[in-house]
Amino acid sequence: MGDRTSGAKAPTTFAALDVRAKALTYLHDAPASVRAEALTSPIDASGSASAGAWSEPSNSSTPDFSSWSCPLPLADYPAIVMGHGGGGKLGNELVEHLFLPAFRNAALENLGDAAVLDLRAGRIAMSTDSFVVQPLFFPGGSIGALAVNGTVNDLAVTGAVPKFLTAGFILEEGFPLEQLAAIVEEMAGAARTAGVEIVTGDTKVVERGHGDGCYINTAGVGVLREGIVVGPHRAQAGDAILVSGTIGDHGMAIMSVREGLEFESEIRSDCAALNGLIAAVLEAQGGAIHAMRDPTRGGLASTLNEIAQASNVGMLIDERSLPVRSEVQSACELLGLDPVYVANEGKVVFFVAAEAADEVLAILRTHALGREAARIGTVTGEHKGMLVARTAMGANRVISIPVGEQLPRIC
Amino acid sequence: MRYLTEFRDGEVAQRMAREIGQVVTRPWKIMEVCGGQTHSIIKNGIDQMLPESVEMVHGPGCPVCVTPLELIDKALAIAAEPGVIFCSFGDTLRVPGTEADLFQVKGRGGDVRVVYSPLDAVEIAVKNPGRQVVFFGVGFETTAPANAMSVHVAKRRGLKNFSVLVSHVLVPPAIEAIMSAPENQVQAFLAAGHVCSVMGYWEYPPLADQFGIPIVVTGFEPLDLLEGIRRAVLQLERGEHRVENAYERIVTYAGNLEAQKLLAEVFEVTDRAWRGIGVIPRSGWRLSDAYRAFDAEERFAISGIRTVESPLCRAGDVLRGAIKPAECAAFGKVCTPRHPLGATMVSSEGACAAYFNYGRFLSAEQLAGAGVAHG
Repeated sequence: MGDRTSGAKAPTTFAALDVRAKALTYLHDAPASVRAEALTSPIDASGSASAGAWSEPSNSSTPDFSSWSCPLPLADYPAIVMGHGGGGKLGNELVEHLFLPAFRNAALENLGDAAVLDLRAGRIAMSTDSFVVQPLFFPGGSIGALAVNGTVNDLAVTGAVPKFLTAGFILEEGFPLEQLAAIVEEMAGAARTAGVEIVTGDTKVVERGHGDGCYINTAGVGVLREGIVVGPHRAQAGDAILVSGTIGDHGMAIMSVREGLEFESEIRSDCAALNGLIAAVLEAQGGAIHAMRDPTRGGLASTLNEIAQASNVGMLIDERSLPVRSEVQSACELLGLDPVYVANEGKVVFFVAAEAADEVLAILRTHALGREAARIGTVTGEHKGMLVARTAMGANRVISIPVGEQLPRIC
Repeated sequence: MRYLTEFRDGEVAQRMAREIGQVVTRPWKIMEVCGGQTHSIIKNGIDQMLPESVEMVHGPGCPVCVTPLELIDKALAIAAEPGVIFCSFGDTLRVPGTEADLFQVKGRGGDVRVVYSPLDAVEIAVKNPGRQVVFFGVGFETTAPANAMSVHVAKRRGLKNFSVLVSHVLVPPAIEAIMSAPENQVQAFLAAGHVCSVMGYWEYPPLADQFGIPIVVTGFEPLDLLEGIRRAVLQLERGEHRVENAYERIVTYAGNLEAQKLLAEVFEVTDRAWRGIGVIPRSGWRLSDAYRAFDAEERFAISGIRTVESPLCRAGDVLRGAIKPAECAAFGKVCTPRHPLGATMVSSEGACAAYFNYGRFLSAEQLAGAGVAHG
């Protein structure tokens, strides 16, 4: 998209991609066995609107693009070739036939070297994140949805209203175009849900074996709200600690498909854009919110430790008050993991002035993404820089930041 | 969760701890053999709930910790061989060898994969006929049936590219070695519930008789542990030395007979070196003659390994129950999960890891230094 391309406008149809989006929705709802097959095989792109289309993956090496907005010349190449990352026609075609129709917006359609944006703002927030998740599609989300929601959430927890995103793709030679299209549509859907626009981008192709199919980087810009002062160093002794819902869902969802573990009930990622939920809280109780953070990698434990250190306060939580889905707890028990260290992609932790805690909790619980919100603890002036958990046995234990990934135990 | 939540009830736990306090009249030292039990005790603060006169001594039941350094180095050498796919359970990856760990071997291009079952490694071998697939079969009796099954299946399917680097160790000879040591102070044992779920507990009455010690088969949840401790204390106070089963919902006297049959076929008893403890006669299993062809040590001629143990590491004293982790001068200072001197600091069942991770035994400065951000 950042390439210098012709200014030719692509036809404005979303029809084919909408069908695909529907197919993906079904895919997420499908039983694990079907899903695994569908995700390891090329997704059928016939465009047929029948609900069963996805369940019989096409084995043909040249998928049927007949219902795409412009069937040729993308159909010449069912998979990414090196030329898609060059400055030539193939790259332009990706932009015109895939990215532009999916992300369509005024800033993008100019196809200039840079997007020109009118923010009319005093202070802006900016963030970037790269996404390398495997598998690319998982129960409850995909790398595309993650790439949008991750950056949207980083902006939102800063107190900003997310506005614009960039999208950089690093694709491996041979990566099926159908999968790329599915990822792009997931991104477009997530951007629509979050109310942000993807306004510029870039595509590079690396030789086969040098990438993992598809990596995505997104950067985002948001406008800071007037009068809202939040920051990781602003948590205060006495603040209530609230979490917007159950912890550990994303990490265990990924693990359940990545490692081929089959649990009785499917664990779905909580991947979601949090800007709406956060806006609801800030609009009603903005002055009472001292800090927010989305507990992604490293989980709740890392987030609470980070805020404790940044604010030079202690964190005291009650283990029994942590909201954890029973299937997530069971999966963690099985693998010897602790849900406090497992990643989330649709949760936010609030550090709230104590007198406003009940009202903020009530606001969270009325929102679709905050129904299971809970008060999990209190910020304290003791044990500064540390997270201490009160166990069900009534003992205290320190929860520190892990050195690296949690590793499943031997027995 | 059924069978878990009920065994984590804080109020019942407090009541049981009080009961133990009411019957105890003298100081007692009780060893929990299994590292999983050590972690549960420290994580849940059970040691804090017990009367001061009941001291829990942590045992050698961390299979990764007692695996000899030489075998870890062999694993690293095999994993670094071109064309090898080296499969392991997750918690061996960070165990330090003399010069590196499996993570570093992976970083240098070795194909190291975490699996959840040795049978997954067999499947990897089936799918990669052109490559040698090695599974690192570490563990006590608990993990042995699955490891045995992997070799059994590989033989049945005629796989020529699957082998196991075996380092199985056994609990009863370890108890015997600990009780026979001149400096021993342990007066009762909590036997490891998972081991007994496979082996039963018919092996333990001769030990209880020989050394005059109570042995209580015990589970892993807080109430399981408190019940095991309560029964051990009752026996000690009464001067009894019986084998009791406090983990009846899982363990039977005979154990899993099918598994024991398979183990007898695939493995044979051998002397084993225990890291930090030394050679214990007849304390491990190796592949039997019928399955020797699947032994990775036979398949890969690894020679010239020179192991160097850290002179500061006192993991051996910790594993024998001679000292508590926090009594080691290196603990939390030069030895941390990020820079471990011994396996006990990084294995998920290691006593040093339990003491470090749950934090109660560290100074404020050590804790501040321990907070290592990871991106």
